[in-house]
Amino acid sequence: MPINYYIFLATALFCIGVVGVLTRRNAIIIFMCVELMLNAVNLLLIAFSKMHHLAALSYDAKTTVGTEAQLFVFFIMVVAAAEVSVGLAIIVMMYRNIHSVDVNFLNRLKH
Amino acid sequence: MAFCIRLECGIQELNMNNLVYLVPLLPLAGFLINGLGRNYLSKGLVSLIGCGTIAASFVISLVLFFEVKTGHNTLATAFTFIPAQHLKIPFSFLIDPLSSLFLLIITGVGFLIHLYSTSYMHDEAPPHFARYFAYLNLFVFSMLLLVMGSNFIIMFIGWEGVGLCSYLLIGYWFKNTEYTNAAKKAFVMNRIGDLGFLLAIFWMVQQFGSTGFAEVFGKAGALASNDRVLVGITMLLFIGATGKSAQIPLYTWLPDAMAGPTPVSALIHAATMVTAGIYMIARSNLLYTLAPTTQGVVAVIGLATAIFAASIALKQNDIKKVLAYSTVSQLGYMFLGLGVGAYTGAVFHVMTHAFFKALLFLGAGSVIHAMHHEQDIRKMGGLSKYLPITHITFLLGCLAIAGIPPFSGFFSKDEILNAAYEKNPVLYYIGLGGALMTAFYMFRLYAMTFRGKFRGTHDREHHLHESPAPMTTPLIILAILAAVGGFLGVPEIFAKNAHWLEHFLAPVFVASTERVKHEPLAHSTEWTLLGVSVILILGIIIFAWNKFSRYVETGKEETGFGKILANKWYVDEFYDAIINRPLRGFSLFLNNVVEKSAIDGIVNGVGKVVNYGSRQLRLLQSGQVGSYILLMVIATVVFFIIQLFMK
Repeated sequence: MPINYYIFLATALFCIGVVGVLTRRNAIIIFMCVELMLNAVNLLLIAFSKMHHLAALSYDAKTTVGTEAQLFVFFIMVVAAAEVSVGLAIIVMMYRNIHSVDVNFLNRLKH
Repeated sequence: MAFCIRLECGIQELNMNNLVYLVPLLPLAGFLINGLGRNYLSKGLVSLIGCGTIAASFVISLVLFFEVKTGHNTLATAFTFIPAQHLKIPFSFLIDPLSSLFLLIITGVGFLIHLYSTSYMHDEAPPHFARYFAYLNLFVFSMLLLVMGSNFIIMFIGWEGVGLCSYLLIGYWFKNTEYTNAAKKAFVMNRIGDLGFLLAIFWMVQQFGSTGFAEVFGKAGALASNDRVLVGITMLLFIGATGKSAQIPLYTWLPDAMAGPTPVSALIHAATMVTAGIYMIARSNLLYTLAPTTQGVVAVIGLATAIFAASIALKQNDIKKVLAYSTVSQLGYMFLGLGVGAYTGAVFHVMTHAFFKALLFLGAGSVIHAMHHEQDIRKMGGLSKYLPITHITFLLGCLAIAGIPPFSGFFSKDEILNAAYEKNPVLYYIGLGGALMTAFYMFRLYAMTFRGKFRGTHDREHHLHESPAPMTTPLIILAILAAVGGFLGVPEIFAKNAHWLEHFLAPVFVASTERVKHEPLAHSTEWTLLGVSVILILGIIIFAWNKFSRYVETGKEETGFGKILANKWYVDEFYDAIINRPLRGFSLFLNNVVEKSAIDGIVNGVGKVVNYGSRQLRLLQSGQVGSYILLMVIATVVFFIIQLFMK
């Protein structure tokens, strides 16, 4: 499959994530949108990595060039998991205190 | 044997050098002791130190003078003052006929005036009394540097030093604003001239690579007559001289300088400092001889000053103001002498003028002392009865300045006027007119002060008294000098080779006299000029004596031309209108308009813009996470688009 499809898909996912973060007020949905953006990036990383690797294989059948990016994907997934655990904990605390997960409710911090 | 003689010579030379250093060092020591110990020393001790150091300097100057008289100049180098690769300026002193003559005048007349001051300033509190003597000693030190320096730099140091001391002493009574203003005026006027002198020194360094007299004159001698450089340098030097020696257009400070104590006027503003310009031009006589253009300017300015100041003196009523304008006028004669090439005559007149003008000022001081600080001659009269010694000595001074033979002023003035006649008879006639005015105002002053009836209050008449001995002794000595000082320069027509001063100073002016061949006047012409001038002056004296002995206070305002003269030709007002007021207006414009709107506007404007901008930017920080993210996304998109277009 041409790389373009992957790029379009990733871009679409990323934009949905951005728009979701910008427009929704529910903290959990914002969280899901952030995850969506991370995964869009992951998808791109995999796609480019694969493309790069295929190009390198045509010169050398045993090369591992271009596979490094797939490692990054795992890193990102681990970091995202850690982040989610912290983030969800914050959201739980938030719900306990104000009985809501509406982020606009929290802008009182600025005063 | 030969070794012994050489050794002896060596010792003598060493002694000579040490003596040379002692001349200025003694007054400097006096200045330091009196100045630093002014709160602890008694008046008697201060007087002793002040007078003693000058007296010692005078004795050493005498020794040096007799050494010079044997035809042996001394050049004493203390150290290299400014070493700058090719330019080396030594701190060295030159004792030759010209400087040794000035040394004698400065320390001699200076000592008499110090002695006089001990009595005249006796009413001052001890710290101020000591301050006065410290300044006076510092002045003598600076003046000695000025005349002893063997290059223009040392001369300039002394030149600035005397200017400073003049400022300090004019403003000695510093609680009076008018006096301090007079001091400031003197200082500023002098500074204008000093700039000319300084530029001349720079030019010399650039042109001749040295400021030493010997080197500069040696190299200048090789240049053509009226060389552009020489004219420039001499003109700049002359600008310096017009400031220090109170010539048109910078003379207005001298009459105001009379704010200082009277002995100061006698020492600084009559006998010594104001003659510094004449000394400087006489010292650089070769440069001036090689620049006839400048010489012409010097002669014209000198003559113009002489008659201009004399005309003002005709109508002044302050005893010191008359003498001040008379000083300006006499300095004008000296410059006339320098301008027509009569260098000896000019120096001769410096000497005789130092005698008779110091005498007149000290006499005036004695009168002011007796009158309890009244200086208006309209309120005096008939003082000859009460102040016999002052009266006789003052009369001698007047006769000397008026030019009555055989008093000193006659010989020196006659020498200058004769030289002027040789150059151009017109100069002589104008100069003679000035001399007649001199005779008139001096005898007006004399008659109004000492003749007729006393016009002051009865109370004051009761307190009139002759001054004490420390004041009258200098008067008597100066009167003798003013009377007989002229015999040092008896002209050829009276006796062959009797002009002692000319022979004495000949080595200094030899380079100039060699270059300019001048035809001496026929003896018959000289006799005629002499006879006519003496008869005219005598006539004027008798007229003034008669007229002002019967002076009665009328209280009438001067009218017409007399009013212009009484107001000093409105020169101060003129300067005020063309220099002070435009300058002040311009400063006000800068202060009120440029400062307020432009500079303050820019500075405050920057502050205002930042203030306003930050107040607007503050609104972006809303605390809404959503809006931050939106802005971030917009910014990213904008950068993305920019990048697209950049590629």
